[in-house]
Amino acid sequence: MKRVLTPEIIEEKRREIYNTLIDPTSSHEQKVTYLARHAENFMTVLDEPEELDELMRCDIDTRCICNLFEGDAPYRPRYICIDFPKFLREGSEFLQLGPAKDFDEALTNLMIMYHNIPSITNYPVFIGDLDELLEPYIENLDDETVKKALRLWLTMIDRTILDSFCHSDIGPKASRFGYLLMEVESELENAVPNLTMRVSKDTPDDFILAGIKCALHSAKPSFANDEMFRGELGDDYCIASCYNGLLKGGGSYTLSRLILSNIAKKAENIEDFKTNVLPHVCDVMARYMDERIRFLVEESGWFQNSFLAREGFVQRDKFTAMFGLVGLAECVNLLLEKEGCTERFGHSDRANQLGVEIMDIIDNFNKNHFNPYCEATDHHFLLHAQVGIESDHDCSPGTRIPIGEEPDELVDHLKCINLFHKYFPSGTGDIFPVDLTVHKNPQYVLDIIRGSLGMDIRYLSFYASDSDVIRVTGYLVKRSEMEKLDAGQNVRQNTTGLGLGAAKNCKILDRRIR
Amino acid sequence: MAKATVNKIISFSCVDGPGNRSAVFLQGCGFDCRYCHNPETIHACIHCGECVKYCKPGALTLVEECDQTQTDAETDIGHKAADRGTGRKRVHYDIAKCVFCDECFRHCPHGASARTRELTAEQVMQEVRRNLPFIRGITVSGGECTLWRDFLLELLSLAKAEGLGTLLDSNGSYEFSKDSKLMSVTDGVMLDVKAWSREDHLRVTGRDNACVLWNLEWLARERKLTEVRTVVVPELFDCRQTVREVSALLAKLGCLDARYKIIRYRPMGVREQYKSLTPPMEDLLQELAGIAAGYGLRDVIVI
Repeated sequence: MKRVLTPEIIEEKRREIYNTLIDPTSSHEQKVTYLARHAENFMTVLDEPEELDELMRCDIDTRCICNLFEGDAPYRPRYICIDFPKFLREGSEFLQLGPAKDFDEALTNLMIMYHNIPSITNYPVFIGDLDELLEPYIENLDDETVKKALRLWLTMIDRTILDSFCHSDIGPKASRFGYLLMEVESELENAVPNLTMRVSKDTPDDFILAGIKCALHSAKPSFANDEMFRGELGDDYCIASCYNGLLKGGGSYTLSRLILSNIAKKAENIEDFKTNVLPHVCDVMARYMDERIRFLVEESGWFQNSFLAREGFVQRDKFTAMFGLVGLAECVNLLLEKEGCTERFGHSDRANQLGVEIMDIIDNFNKNHFNPYCEATDHHFLLHAQVGIESDHDCSPGTRIPIGEEPDELVDHLKCINLFHKYFPSGTGDIFPVDLTVHKNPQYVLDIIRGSLGMDIRYLSFYASDSDVIRVTGYLVKRSEMEKLDAGQNVRQNTTGLGLGAAKNCKILDRRIR
Repeated sequence: MAKATVNKIISFSCVDGPGNRSAVFLQGCGFDCRYCHNPETIHACIHCGECVKYCKPGALTLVEECDQTQTDAETDIGHKAADRGTGRKRVHYDIAKCVFCDECFRHCPHGASARTRELTAEQVMQEVRRNLPFIRGITVSGGECTLWRDFLLELLSLAKAEGLGTLLDSNGSYEFSKDSKLMSVTDGVMLDVKAWSREDHLRVTGRDNACVLWNLEWLARERKLTEVRTVVVPELFDCRQTVREVSALLAKLGCLDARYKIIRYRPMGVREQYKSLTPPMEDLLQELAGIAAGYGLRDVIVI
């Protein structure tokens, strides 16, 4: 069913556009992005499921499906993860660039490419496996030369790629470039780009420790369980945006999310939730995502016309889509309350078990849903524990334990997350602020990472409880920038605004320090 | 199996040796350091029952002695026995009800804690095993852990069997060189050197330090010295001399990688009568760290 834009809806949209035009806290670039989104939302090109409006375009407290502002006429994939080695090797006809022959050329070519990769935010969400890409170019350069170039290059990224969903990867092998990168990142304390270190059994302790020391300064890298991702997605996976496992040379068409906490409100009891309410919402969301993908692939022309696709930097059949969810904790708690039980998610076996049962239902639904354009992942979407948005209330990211309710003991917290990380090849993660600086014991974090690798724990982030750069839910912001924005000044990065909202609504500054 | 009075077990600790370790704190200490910041671990509970009045959640109760065997058999929660004049009563501790408000030992007239459990080494290991695979080892601290030598030997042997590292945190009052059996299951000792001169040490702790200094030398020679700590209280002892002499000895023995932790005295937890001690200034701490580093020690930290 195609939507009808009533005069009331049009008038409301005009009001929204006006508010964007005059918003004192948005920079020019931010306004342009928002205006494009407003324009997109005047379109009614999607043949949406009939039941969608009442589940998605409704009051925020009853909303069960959320499309994360993707807009109503998808004209580029949400996340694009290009084949950077091919680009450095061959150059690009469209960009009029030849193969990169030395370090300077490689950095410059990459920067040019970054500004030509679209995404939902218009900025690239994956900027490459930096160690693998750049290690070959630094062989004959001394450390200081490399570090100076990196400082400038990373600063340019931070100042021109204006949101921190921009993500780079290193590891699992140690490399000289990896060490130098982490040295420079700890100095700069920039929010952009985000950084993941893939860790496997073979990653040397010393390399992980360099990552941990860097994370205590700049809240990055995060640590990904390489063997787990590799087992699910193969060797050509990357971590993009917040913590999303996707295929290199591909990406994700779209991401919608189930708001489980609100879906639970519609159920009479646990049984009703499991057998009626949840499967219905899953079905509507999956059909909605199917239609978005159909439009993008068949009508938008992106895969036919973008130079990224034409020159083979991405291949359509390496794309998949992300079936997201938030608010499992609140969902479980509410369902238990409906049954007269006061046990809480993260604190009782019964509550955690219910969480597992709910995840099994969603996982099974996805395994039985087929999309013709998700060949890369056996025609299924990938489940994604979405990190939440700043307007979420009483709704924790993905399957996280609500902030303020973390178990007293970190070991109990880890055992809880161990139940849930396995469901999410396209990303999940937990975040732990730690207070280690005075004790100079980064091995503490190393032991937790090593222990997690042997379990079903996928992705961990740590930051020093007193650092300026902090991890909000997946992305990074600077506390100092949030303070400026809060005082009414406009700031460079889109994500600062998201972080400020999350600080106010989602208590991200109140996490239990480990 | 030998039992020990266990004050507490911390599942993950980042401050009791390198890496992530479970830390086991045993009750009782032969020293009486004025600046002790957990004085409730010094003495054994005599079951007077005073603390029970202050235990709001009801974790501490005064019970008849005769329950002992039953309680022991049915739960993991140990308890102590004592003669309380007319009737034999003891304070029973239920860790499940405890909210760790510390009110009990704050009101203890004997410098003890009833918030303890009598546990076998195997019972302690059962709790430690929950923390696998996230920990690299255990650290046994106190009080003074070596007062429970037989228990310690069993616990460390059990830890070794799990592939865990083993560290002891000690005041140095136990002669490690005479206990090869214990040392065979101990990876390292974190040793307090509270003062270098005998007079200073007596003033700080009420005890002589000949054994402490012998341990320092012996452990350094045997490469079993993981860490030395000195709590800096300038008005109580000669801090410069202590740091200098310790560092010189370690340098002489080539033991340069043992961590030297120079600890700022803080009044937190200290008994009322000693709270007037003055915390050291930052520049003194830095000066002391400089002295240690000057002797070539590679891992000196000020906390």
